[in-house]
Amino acid sequence: MFTLHYRLERRAIGMTLGIIAAASIGGFVEIAPLFTIDQTVEAAPDMRVYTPLELAGRNIYMREGCYACHSQMIRTLRDEVERYGPYSLAVESKYDHPMLWGSKRTGPDIARLGGKYSDEWHVRHLLDPRDVVPVSIMPSYGWLMENDLRIDDLRDQLATQRAVGVPYTPDMIRHAADDAYAQANPDGSGVKDLTARYGEATTVRAFDGTPGRLTEMDSLVAYLQILGRLTDAASRDTLAKDLE
Amino acid sequence: MDVISNLTMDERRRALLILLVMALVGLTFAAAGHGDPIAVHGALVLVLSLALAFPVMGHLYDPEPSIERFNAYYDDPSKVGVILTFVWAAFAMFVGDWVAWLMVEPTWTTGSAWSSFGRLRPVHTTGVIFGFGGNGLIATSFYVMQRTCRVRLPDQLSPWFVLIGYNLFCILAVTGYLLGITQSKEYAEPEWYADLWLVIVWVTYFVLYMRTLARREEPHIYVANWYYMAFILVVAMLHIVNNLAVPVSFLSAKSHSLFSGVQDALTEWWYGHNAVAFFLTAGFLGMMYYYLPIRAGRPIFSYRLSIISFWGITFMYMWVGSHHLHHTALPQWVQTLGMTFSLVLLVPSWGSAANALLTLNGAWHKVRDDATLRFMMIAAVFYGLTTFEGSFMAIRSVNALSHYTDWTVGHVHAGALGWVAMITFGALYASIPWLWKRERMYSPALVEVHFWLALSGTAVYVFALWNAGIIQGLMWRTYTENGNLAYTFLDSVVAMRPYYIARALGGLLYLLGALAGCLNLYLTIRFAAPATEAASRKPLRDGLDDAATQPAE
Repeated sequence: MFTLHYRLERRAIGMTLGIIAAASIGGFVEIAPLFTIDQTVEAAPDMRVYTPLELAGRNIYMREGCYACHSQMIRTLRDEVERYGPYSLAVESKYDHPMLWGSKRTGPDIARLGGKYSDEWHVRHLLDPRDVVPVSIMPSYGWLMENDLRIDDLRDQLATQRAVGVPYTPDMIRHAADDAYAQANPDGSGVKDLTARYGEATTVRAFDGTPGRLTEMDSLVAYLQILGRLTDAASRDTLAKDLE
Repeated sequence: MDVISNLTMDERRRALLILLVMALVGLTFAAAGHGDPIAVHGALVLVLSLALAFPVMGHLYDPEPSIERFNAYYDDPSKVGVILTFVWAAFAMFVGDWVAWLMVEPTWTTGSAWSSFGRLRPVHTTGVIFGFGGNGLIATSFYVMQRTCRVRLPDQLSPWFVLIGYNLFCILAVTGYLLGITQSKEYAEPEWYADLWLVIVWVTYFVLYMRTLARREEPHIYVANWYYMAFILVVAMLHIVNNLAVPVSFLSAKSHSLFSGVQDALTEWWYGHNAVAFFLTAGFLGMMYYYLPIRAGRPIFSYRLSIISFWGITFMYMWVGSHHLHHTALPQWVQTLGMTFSLVLLVPSWGSAANALLTLNGAWHKVRDDATLRFMMIAAVFYGLTTFEGSFMAIRSVNALSHYTDWTVGHVHAGALGWVAMITFGALYASIPWLWKRERMYSPALVEVHFWLALSGTAVYVFALWNAGIIQGLMWRTYTENGNLAYTFLDSVVAMRPYYIARALGGLLYLLGALAGCLNLYLTIRFAAPATEAASRKPLRDGLDDAATQPAE
């Protein structure tokens, strides 16, 4: 074996091919089956896609690096289920390009944050976390209220999501900017079209408290309020297992 | 501008052409990408390209460099690389310590978006891993490949393209985060256009390495080069697969990753953990396998052990990424495979650590007297400790406690501060006098100061976060007698405060050490006594004993 290597290490191409071969096997064996084995991702026929406003909010969540301190992956451990809710299923992040499971909890997990607090709480918390949670060490995000949400590229954003496999319809893509505006303006005219496209359960509110103006705050709060609520597969799944 | 005049006229012309094409590309994005942050990056590329193009133009018609150059190694890129390594160290460690203080006192920012924790943190991680670590690897790899192959670099332009192109990638990355441009994939945050640029740079790097190897005058490829090759090759694989994404448009900085959910999670941690393996381990093992035996004046302890370790690491690391996803929605069979390979991986890891430490047998008096060699020795010790800790934390039941806590951060820093940075500083302190033809570093005492600051900083940092992480993990899972969770999440946040203070202080010590290194580098270049003729030739003629490049057995 060592004589063989004695010869191999005299050939740069031989070493190159050897390294590529040795390093390819592990990833191939582990990653490739995840795309082919059906049980990897559960079925959830009721699952809906993010609205344009929520998707924009998700982009802001990534831009501000929120994932560095908040996970969105509740593990299958008793204390986590009791603290945060039903453990996360693979299907719940099926439309997440990329996933935001996170790797560190400087703050709590927020996989099931949606609906837990009011919009007003979120706005105050994002403007100054210590206003509502005195011992918090979270940063303040004052600029979210000042910045108008960029909506001119939402159409392209949705089209790109469709290109990577999220089932947005051409209709949804065409009206992306209108739908974003409608979701934060409950009294506006676009609400009916929005709910027709994304379902009656879509939350339509002036998330930042000021209808008429579409801010980044609207968008981020809309995203935070949908976390864990795209499908109820997780609560159904754990319920079924409890009954067994 | 000797550096430019040392290029041949042909190389100068080609350099100018490349810079002008880059300036044009920058101009296009700056002009067409209005309203999108990509325009800022376009302008940045334009300015940087022109800033380099003007001096090249000024020296375009300087006479051809002397033919004498073929009698020496080509070290200009290594010199600039060494300086850049120190600059990135100072910058990225400063940002690191700043964000560490933000976890103690969240209001210590400017209040502007760019200076918030979430944007600064990737500036720190990218700055340290890719800026500091990457420049250290590139600078030393140019140095090492020439000495171990006993041949000059095949041309003078491609090493500059690699070094400057790579630093452009790093600058696009960190300025991007401040502007809010990020893919959000941990340790792979740069967006699609920066990623594509890195592919071009990286292919050039690999081709340069292969061309140098092809011209070598040594029959065998020395073990340090195996590791540098694995570093270049596998990082290319990881980078390309993990960054597959579709841009929103060609004039938008934003892209959406090709994979989603669980597949994306495993791809990300396959990348993430192997960035640790092939960027932060293989590359730096290459560094160690050259500089440690040279500085100690001893051949590598065991040739066979280096073969086993090398192939063990190359094969097994690629399986272990899934240990970042224990108890998650990732199928259990993948978690179990990851855990199993993580445990077996300890064998080749400790093989390398033992090979390094046993090489020092017979040279321990040098370790005592020479802080440079001591940097390398401590690095090997931390490499052994961290790989043990890593295998331990990959066990599913241990991971249930440690995951999501500061223990992970402490573990990473044991590796980054104790292993990666220490071996780099050791290698740099060894190369600087050789590169600049000096007798020694200007101040050996300052190297000694740096060593003790680095070691104490690492110890404070790592102990603080061990405590922090384990307390956090225990608080999250403690139940009262009535069967309720004993602590709220906020209780655990409050409990972290003393440890976060200690961590920030440990980081500060480490930063001060790096600044001492910067000062010493400056003093050595400016004021240190030039080496006598014999000493300056040493690395050229017989810097490496035959015993050290040839198999020991």
